[in-house]
Parts: sequence; C-alpha cells; structure tokens
Amino acid sequence: MTPSSVQSILERSRLQDLFDVLHRRGYAVIGPTVRDRAIVCEELRSAAELPEGWGDLQEGGSYRLQRRPDKALFGFAVPTNSWKEWLHPKRLKLLDAHRNPDGSLRFTPGDEDDPPKLAFLGARSCELHAIAIQDRVFLGGAFTDPHYAKRRAAVLIIATNCGTSGGTCFCVSMNTGPKVNRERTPFDIALTELLDESGHRFLLEAGSEAGAVILGELPVRAATESEVTAAETLVANTANRMGRSLDTHRLPETLLANLEHPRWKEVADRCLNCANCTMVCPTCFCTTVEDVTHLTGDHAERWRRWDSCFNLDFTRMHGGPARQSGQSRYRQWLTHKLATWHEQFGSSGCVGCGRCISWCPVGIDLTEEVRALRSP
Amino acid sequence: MSTQPKLAVWKFASCDGCQLSLLDCEDEILAVSDAVQIANFAEATRHVEPGPYDLSLVEGSITTPHDAERIREVRAQSRHLITIGACATAGGIQALRNYRDVSEMASVVYASPQYIDTLATSTPVSDHVKVDFELRGCPINKHQLLEVILAFLHRRKPVVSSESVCVECKLRGNICVMTAHGTPCLGPVTHAGCGAICPAYNRGCYGCFGPKETPNTAALAAQWKTLGASSGEILRAFRSFNGYADAFREESLKHE
Repeated sequence: MTPSSVQSILERSRLQDLFDVLHRRGYAVIGPTVRDRAIVCEELRSAAELPEGWGDLQEGGSYRLQRRPDKALFGFAVPTNSWKEWLHPKRLKLLDAHRNPDGSLRFTPGDEDDPPKLAFLGARSCELHAIAIQDRVFLGGAFTDPHYAKRRAAVLIIATNCGTSGGTCFCVSMNTGPKVNRERTPFDIALTELLDESGHRFLLEAGSEAGAVILGELPVRAATESEVTAAETLVANTANRMGRSLDTHRLPETLLANLEHPRWKEVADRCLNCANCTMVCPTCFCTTVEDVTHLTGDHAERWRRWDSCFNLDFTRMHGGPARQSGQSRYRQWLTHKLATWHEQFGSSGCVGCGRCISWCPVGIDLTEEVRALRSP
Repeated sequence: MSTQPKLAVWKFASCDGCQLSLLDCEDEILAVSDAVQIANFAEATRHVEPGPYDLSLVEGSITTPHDAERIREVRAQSRHLITIGACATAGGIQALRNYRDVSEMASVVYASPQYIDTLATSTPVSDHVKVDFELRGCPINKHQLLEVILAFLHRRKPVVSSESVCVECKLRGNICVMTAHGTPCLGPVTHAGCGAICPAYNRGCYGCFGPKETPNTAALAAQWKTLGASSGEILRAFRSFNGYADAFREESLKHE
C-alpha cells in the first residue's frame, strides 16, 4: 500500500482508538497536555490528557494559557518545549570508564539500549522543519550522531496542520508552515482538526506506508469534499493571522554586513544571557561534555548535556572565554541562526515558531532586532 | 601515619547549614572518610589532628577582628582552601550590616554593647585571603560539595557551572514562572547549582546561589518593574543571602 492523498475522517469520540492502535504497536505517545499553566509535550497515556478547550496567548516575554470558547484539542500555537528533547536528549551518558584491578582501564559505551518507539502526536509544520534541520545537523555530514540517528529512526510523526496561530508565530515568513507538506518534510499521518456545526472530527492523511497501515486500523470514513475544503480554508486563514513577520530577503548578507551595527549594543543591554532562547529553540543543538568521577576512583562517567552559546564556558579556551561580552554572544546566536547557518547547513536555522520571543524573560524579539539591524 | 589527604572544616560567622551538607551526604560520607582523613571537623568529631591540611573547607564570613586573624592562620596551614556557602563567598545575610551603622544596631540589641567586639562589615573570605575555589549556595548543594572534594582528590576542575538557573529550569522541564505566570524571578541572573528548586514549585528564584557569570541585573530589574514589582521589593530581592556580592549589591543600591 502506498501513501495516497485520500483523506479520511476520524470522529473526536474515536480519537482514543488512535492511542490504542499506537500503544498496541509498541509506541509511547508524546503529545501536548496542560501542566503548570502551560501546554507542554509529555508522554500521554490517553486522549483524555490532551489540552481540551485550551489555547495560549503568546507575546514577547509572555505566555498565558487561555480557555477557548470550544473544545478543540490542538487549539493552541506551539507547546512550551519542542520535540528535540526526545531526539537529542538533554542529558546523555556517553561512556563509563572502569579501572581494573591490574590498573588498566576499560571503557563501555553509555548509550547502547534501543530507544523507545515514540509517536509524536501534534507536531506542527514548523516543528517538522526543525526536525529536518536537526536531521541535517546530526545526520547530514560525514560524521553522524548515532544517538540521534537511532532515536530518530524510532519515531512516528503524526503532524497537525495549524488551525490557530500565536502572537509570536512567523512560519509564513520562514516558508515553514502552517500547512504540512509531505514533499518537504515527511510525516506518517497529518491531522487537521475540524470543529464546526457538523461536529468535532479530524481529517487524516497518510504520509507514509506506516501511517497508512495505522489509518487502516482506525474507524474512519472517507472525507467529504466540503470537509477537505474546510480544512484547507482553516490552514489558509491561519497563514493570514501570523503574529510576527520577518523579512528574509538577503538576510544573511545584510546581517553579516552589519556586524558593528549599534543595535547589537542596544540589544545586549536588554539581553540577560540566560540561555532560555537556545533551550527552547527547536533547532539549537549545542552540547557540552562533563566527566564525573566516583569517590572510589575506580569508576568515571562521561555525560553530554545541552549547552548554550550564551554561556561563558561555551567558548572557554586557554586564556579564557572567546566571547566575553553579552553583545558578542547575542550577535553570535542571531547571526548563526539567520545567516551563517545557511552556508553550514544549507538553510536558515530559524523555523518561525516564536518560542525564543515568548520565552525570553525580557521579551527580546528577533524579528524586531532584524528590523532594527536592517535600518542604518 | 595515614597517606590520605587531610581534610579540615572551619566555621566562621554562619548558621552551620553548609557544614551540615557534608554530614548530610549520608550515603557517601563513609566513602568520603575512606578517601580523605577527616582531620579537623568540630561538628562531626572532637578528635582534632594538627595541621597542615591538604584541603580546608571554610564556612562563614569574617565579622570580627579575631576571625580576620584566624582566617589567615587557616590559610597558612591549608594547601587548598575552598569556601562553601553564601556567607563565606559573599558575606551572607549578616552582610546586611554593611548597609547600616553596626554600633548603633549593637546598642539597640545588646544591654552592654561595650562587650561586643565586631567589625563594621561582614565580608567574604576572599576579601582576606587567597581562595582556591568558591562553592556557592545558601546552603550549598551536597552533590556539588562532593563533586568539589572529588575534583580536588583527582586533581581536576570541578564540574560546577556558573550559568543561569534558567538552564537548570529547562533541563528539569520547569515551566518559566516569569513568562508563563508573571512571577518575578531572580533565575536569569542567578548562578546555577540548586537544580532550580523554587521554580519547580511555581515560585520565583530567590537568588540563593548569588550572581551568575555576567549577570545583567539592570535588565532583569527593569522587567520586574514591568511585572509590577516596587523598588523596595527589587531592593530586598537583591539584598538577601548574597546581598553583598558585587552584582547584587550594585543593583540593590540603585533601588534605595
């Protein structure tokens, strides 16, 4: 069976069936839920844990959970965290070192287990682009990351077309959404949530053979033409309601020609260099490596964990950190993300999800910074 | 005679909480005592071995002329000297005296203030002697204390990051209390180490570990104002356990 453009309808009341099919096939479902007044992605046991009737209000440095007038399950922009934490773990043991009784050393790899099979439920188009970017970062070159590779291979993607845009969204500017596109970013199933006088249901489209098999096990019916049209209109309306925009025309050249622009100092005066933007960014991938030794002196471990170019130790070499000022660190982050990323990985490093704007404690907005950097 | 490194623990003006962190290493304390000779630790044992010591852990700030002399003696008999906790590294909560007239306070508190022989200030140990490593926190984190002792034993750099508490929040999966709840939080300018305990319970960070590397306190204070904090609240937030650490002191002075 090959993927087809045939679209099916799954009623809201039967969404649990999707969970059941996934669980039967050995997948843990990772999807959105409400925790501590925010929508976060976590492992979900049932459809009842989805954020029914919740939306979000996102602005620079501000995120508020909000009741929706309806019972939508995916009626929010993007969750707090991105999917990267399941593909590129926050902490990962790289190796164990043991001292043998004769004094010789023995090393054993720290990440040998098979990764769990995960179904990402509700990944947005911008997030699929972010995963595609990390695929290039970790798998695209001569040296691939085996930890990422095996986790990535065990993931099933159930994407969501966006029916809502957030105040900090700008995927349209980055050409990364809001509609998922099988040709550009593969998925297994794409889902569009329909909620109107005809009921609450999901338009499903298989994007892979695995997705088609799962669809085949669900109590679906063929979608009507008006349902397909309704889904398309919904996503088109979302595209027209982006909270932010970013002019990408000749952006790398412009940024790199303005490395001494006075705006860098101005933004550095506001930047806390707290690293929040890099932690929430779905494409930021930097790590540091830490060694721990045990009290006995016979055992040591090497761990990899997320790091940030906003941390001083990130560039510490003999003589001290290379990027000492907050200004140099913010400039490094923005020019890497929007300019030098192109030559390194063949695309922008930004997908327009807006997380760095919403979760910056002081609301620094990269779209606004770029506008300022473009003016003399 | 033992060939293990000799460890000494010293107390100056402090609450003893940081020394307790060493005793609190219940599962590891026996391994620690196998790895080092606990030669001078009054809170644990009355048995005292004479110096010199390979590693001295110093708790507390310098508040009296006697202690100012004693810390020099400790330094003289210690190969390595590590300060532990907010008192030893920043002067502690008792450094609030540095913003007031001590003799006036003594006259209010004590019936016979003439018996009080104290300095006008409470200062960190590093103001008096060379310090090899400063471990932050009020109190310190016992895992970090073990890491510092281990690093010393194995002659390597301790894995103790001076990044923000925000990084710990994100690694722990905490929701940002500042952006999602509008709760003023010192996390973005505070040194990591606690594991982001307060934000994990939906509270703003109190800054127990003092200023992080390159803290932008002015930008954070401006955001606190946007969130509705008064100058008095900002002043008190910066002037607590680490209120005499440079960055926090300077920011607090702007809100007097």
